[in-house]
Amino acid sequence: MGLLDIFRNRSQDPSAKMAKERLQILIAHERGQGQFRAPHYLPEMQKEILEVIRKYVHVEDDAVKFEVEHNEQFELFELNITLPEKGEGNERSD
Amino acid sequence: MSKVLVVTSGKGGVGKTTTSAAISSGLAMAGKKTVVIDFDVGLRNLDLIMGVERRVVYDIVNVIQGEAGLNQALIRHKEVDNLYVLPASQTKDKDALTEEGVGKVLNDLREEGFDYIVCDSPAGIERGAQLAMYYADEAIVVSNPEISSVRDSDRMLGILASKSRRAKDGETSIKEHLLITRYAPDRVGTGEMLSVEDMLEILAVPLLGVIPESHAVLQASNAGRPVILDENTDAGQAYSDAVARLMGEERPMRFIEADKKSFLGRLFGRG
Repeated sequence: MGLLDIFRNRSQDPSAKMAKERLQILIAHERGQGQFRAPHYLPEMQKEILEVIRKYVHVEDDAVKFEVEHNEQFELFELNITLPEKGEGNERSD
Repeated sequence: MSKVLVVTSGKGGVGKTTTSAAISSGLAMAGKKTVVIDFDVGLRNLDLIMGVERRVVYDIVNVIQGEAGLNQALIRHKEVDNLYVLPASQTKDKDALTEEGVGKVLNDLREEGFDYIVCDSPAGIERGAQLAMYYADEAIVVSNPEISSVRDSDRMLGILASKSRRAKDGETSIKEHLLITRYAPDRVGTGEMLSVEDMLEILAVPLLGVIPESHAVLQASNAGRPVILDENTDAGQAYSDAVARLMGEERPMRFIEADKKSFLGRLFGRG
């Protein structure tokens, strides 16, 4: 059985390849139905963007809103920052 | 600061409880005060895998319903310092778990000074599973290189990103990790099993570790001793690597290449 298996495995289209193709089609479809999830680097990116903003303006955590929208053709990354009111003395002078 | 980790998968039988037991033990062995909580109300098994089944008196539902204090329900592991088990109820209705109740237990555990709170999720996407992941800071998604498991993992990732407390409160999302279990490199080599690369390409989540298919896992369950304690076994070592990575260390992946000798093994039908 061992010997036969080897030849069978080599000559056939490997089944793992079929599994991968089926999964790719299925998952793309399921994510399209409200199953979309943001890319895994997003939290890190959000953190870094916030750090850059804070170099210049002092903003609270809740003054920054990140949103990712998913359309059929594109993904939209939206970033809203509510800047502090003028005169609060938050602008960095250094 | 405590970290809440959920071990989840969607599909049953892929190794969530084995992983929860191993990871929590590994964290405790690294000096972190760790508790592992069974969320599978009605079908508890973590106590068996941890080898504490004869010492269960109170469970998480008793604590939530005020019938026992947290410290009465926590079981200290005899072999591993810093490690505690909070079992699930075997008799109560699974609706006994509530969002507020679980939130309070987790807060109390934080105040007790636990570094890691590991939540062992039940299979499925029902209440128990949703509550296990609701408060998580990080998620370990356990997946077998098998088509239905990968699909369920993707589904679970979608739920983590949309239904967790972090998602609802608009905080930074849960940090996700993929842990591949029951991996058989020789079968990947012959093209009959999805490879690590295939799974990463489909799921697009950072890889925490690859646990090879191993006799050691069944032996560990039989003995009620988390497999990570068997330092001479492949699965034990693979879990140790995963724990180190979880704590920020970089380690190369082991046990993902087929054993060279296995060609001859296969030739004689002992693949």
